[in-house]
Amino acid sequence: MTVVERVTAPAGAARPGTIGTSPTRPDGVAKVQGRFEFSSDLSADGCLWGATLRSPHPSARIVSIDLSAAWQIDGVETVITAADVPGAMHYGLIAQDQPVFASEVVRYVGEPIAAVAADHPETCRRALEAIVVEYEMLDALLDPERAIDASHPPIHPDGNVIRHQRIVCGDRSATGDVVVEGTYEIGMQDQAFLGLEAALAVPDPGGSGVELHVATQWLHEDRTQIAACLDLPVESVRLVLGGVGGAFGAREDISLQVHTCLLALRLGRPVRIAYSRAESFLGHVHRHPATIWMRHHATSDGEIVKIESRMVFDGGAYASTSSAVLINAVTHAQGPYRCPNAVVDGYAVRTNHLPCGAMRGFGVVQACFAHESQMDKLAAACGLDPVEIRLRNAMRTGDPLITGQPVLNVAPVERCIRDTAALPLPDTPVGGFPMEDGALDVMRLPGGAGRTADRTDIVRGIGWGVAIKNLMYSEGFDDYSTARCRLADGVATLKFATSEVGQGFVTIAPQIARTILGVDDVVLDRIDTQVGSAGSTSASRQTWMSGGAVDAACRTVRERLFEHVGRTHDVDPLRLVVDGTDLVDTVSGWKMPVAEASAGVVIDETVEYRHPATGELDENGQGNCHTAFAFVAHRAVVDVDPELGLVKVVQIATAQDVGRALNPLSVLGQIEGGIAQGLGLAVMEEIIQVDGLIRNGNFTDYLLPTFLDMPDVVATLIEEPDPHAPLGAKGVGEPPCISSTPAIVAAIRDALCQVDGVGKPLERVPVRPSDICL
Amino acid sequence: MTTTIGDGDHFSLHVNGIRCEVTDSWLGESLLDVLRDRLGLLGAKGACEQGECGSCSVMVDDVLVCSCLVMAASVVDQPIVTIEGIAPIDAPSDVQAAFVEAGAVQCGFCTPGLIVAAHDLLERLPRPSETQIREELAGNVCRCTGYGRIIEAVQQVAVRRAGGGS
Repeated sequence: MTVVERVTAPAGAARPGTIGTSPTRPDGVAKVQGRFEFSSDLSADGCLWGATLRSPHPSARIVSIDLSAAWQIDGVETVITAADVPGAMHYGLIAQDQPVFASEVVRYVGEPIAAVAADHPETCRRALEAIVVEYEMLDALLDPERAIDASHPPIHPDGNVIRHQRIVCGDRSATGDVVVEGTYEIGMQDQAFLGLEAALAVPDPGGSGVELHVATQWLHEDRTQIAACLDLPVESVRLVLGGVGGAFGAREDISLQVHTCLLALRLGRPVRIAYSRAESFLGHVHRHPATIWMRHHATSDGEIVKIESRMVFDGGAYASTSSAVLINAVTHAQGPYRCPNAVVDGYAVRTNHLPCGAMRGFGVVQACFAHESQMDKLAAACGLDPVEIRLRNAMRTGDPLITGQPVLNVAPVERCIRDTAALPLPDTPVGGFPMEDGALDVMRLPGGAGRTADRTDIVRGIGWGVAIKNLMYSEGFDDYSTARCRLADGVATLKFATSEVGQGFVTIAPQIARTILGVDDVVLDRIDTQVGSAGSTSASRQTWMSGGAVDAACRTVRERLFEHVGRTHDVDPLRLVVDGTDLVDTVSGWKMPVAEASAGVVIDETVEYRHPATGELDENGQGNCHTAFAFVAHRAVVDVDPELGLVKVVQIATAQDVGRALNPLSVLGQIEGGIAQGLGLAVMEEIIQVDGLIRNGNFTDYLLPTFLDMPDVVATLIEEPDPHAPLGAKGVGEPPCISSTPAIVAAIRDALCQVDGVGKPLERVPVRPSDICL
Repeated sequence: MTTTIGDGDHFSLHVNGIRCEVTDSWLGESLLDVLRDRLGLLGAKGACEQGECGSCSVMVDDVLVCSCLVMAASVVDQPIVTIEGIAPIDAPSDVQAAFVEAGAVQCGFCTPGLIVAAHDLLERLPRPSETQIREELAGNVCRCTGYGRIIEAVQQVAVRRAGGGS
């Protein structure tokens, strides 16, 4: 059972399908019928298959590549390497440091070296096997500290430190009566979207351009990087969003886009590439593994005086978004708490591990596990309970971050904590309810159907996590989104390039149009690059940014409609408003249905929405680098078998600062889905690499939360519309997966402490059974 | 039961009540690949190739299977029901409708497999407990929803089928 409470119900009954209601997804029926076309479902007449040859070594020099045997296989149409890249040899989101194909050295296991196109995937597989690459092994850089202390030679011309950023704030010599510290480790998590990477490239006649259908988070950024590598003008590269089976950050970087286009242009035929699960683990970036040392100074009554921290993020072989991930981590080191003094030092480094980049939470997940673990230590040292220590330090609107930036958004941290605390604890007895016949329900025990946990051993624990998360892009990035609205005969057509990855922008965009324009019929045009950029579906930004763009486009159209009606009906346009589905003269009370008012006219407006500019951080980490912030609290209840190290998460309670829930059902979906990923990081999910080799790149060995792992969620939506947000609505996607992880770990610590009065530090996630029982 | 396969690379399958000729296949090809690449039935999805995620779930002889783990040539005499055979396009099933209404769909990649699995569950257990729903559907992984709305959708269907209102 899940309980959802909306603290602030919208005034009056909203018109169905408008903002504040929960209409169904426009793609919902196609998806439940299996008719929705994902990128892996796409094909074209005469289409060939492509496949990628990847490095088996984490660090090696390529001595030679012999393609001759591959060319001789029947059905092989082409084989390409770095020598066949006509334009830029490297790509990357922030720094273009990643080769399209490795040609001199390979820097991680899985790095692309060549690609083939053939008549069948099986032919491709045989062709890849026939390519002979001679390697000379190099000493792999696998310890991030050796990247920092320069004891390992550079593994890339750009060096081994991707970014170093410190933050010095207030009095760096300040001390507190109480000092607690710890070193925390966060494992490498995989986004594990279900819809594997897939793309279809269709070349223009003569090779003058290409159309790429691809599952991605940011069509225009892909296009920019692809065009540079293809040496084509950007307008000759057209991207169309292929159905996206989840993203969570893993589709922000280039994976197969350039390879697919290169093969198609080389052959003058459509080519598709579809990754397997094993290849997907190698083919996209992951969540950074990190080591974070943190020390808190506080007064004896628990007020934070200073934080100190050193953060090391392993970026793997290429930069991707590592520098931005690091900045998120260091600037969120204080968590959602007031902190007058700070000394923080952060490194994002290059190693021969798998490249890391964006994943839901983007650096804040790692920082939050550290600061929330610290808050519990501080509470214990001060003799306070975990809720009280957090309330005493809770940030409020106007408080400065350690970067000096004031938090100008609604900051209901205290309310998040209090409303979470007010949610009911589970009525489930320890070990779960018995079944109808009175027998133990083993499915609800830690360890589940393994039937190994003994109910008498099980201990229940409760833990807390609270988080602050920045929304949108930071550090001076020109962050904007574009939307086009066309109103004709009472029907609004919306066009945008906003990637729909499952989050539901295709649902809320029409809600916005119905609300602003007073129309019921809204048509969504194809999502492609035939309109301006929408920016990335990441950083919890699309409700704010693309929602803001759709809102602005619809408002512009509405103004033009008012002017038109003013002219044709001799009314002052300034007196007109939309009320429901009517245009109303606020002075005379005259009204006319929007459908009638827009009959025979076509109004077409395209608008770019920008958030206020952000600044850079200076060498001391000072500056207004972020755009906006959202907050959340989580309380976890877990049952633990301390003898066997087994954990059953029983319940997660949460109150989330959402600004305004444009679609409450979608918000709940983000909350529950995000918590599942936070649970995964807490107790299940980690990519294991040994000597640079991935050991569990499949769904048998990389454990994802199932129906049986996911607890009940009780949620409260805190709706205090943010005056800075175009619709009052904050992004909601990331906060659920940020503090749910430390809350679960804190609950396990609480349970273990009850067993022997001491407990275990559990300073590493995911928590493994051996961490609990040994 | 011993099955005689046709001429090496040619056999037929009974899919959604229709006899489908499979040509150009090879005998070790999975049912998932044959459904998708030979028969053009793209509703079943491949996401793990190991029977771990359930995205490829179909019914074979009234048994829920991961089609990625079944050799197509081993089921030539058995009725196969895929997501395309669950209900007519113009009349979605109660389970399909409930998934849409309850918010059980986000990216939708796991959805076809879950729809097939949920139909199977409700056929065998018309009034499943929450634990039974969780256990029965645990072979179907969803990365987006956290499962809460899916459980809600299945419960709604069970209540409605039992005459518990709309």
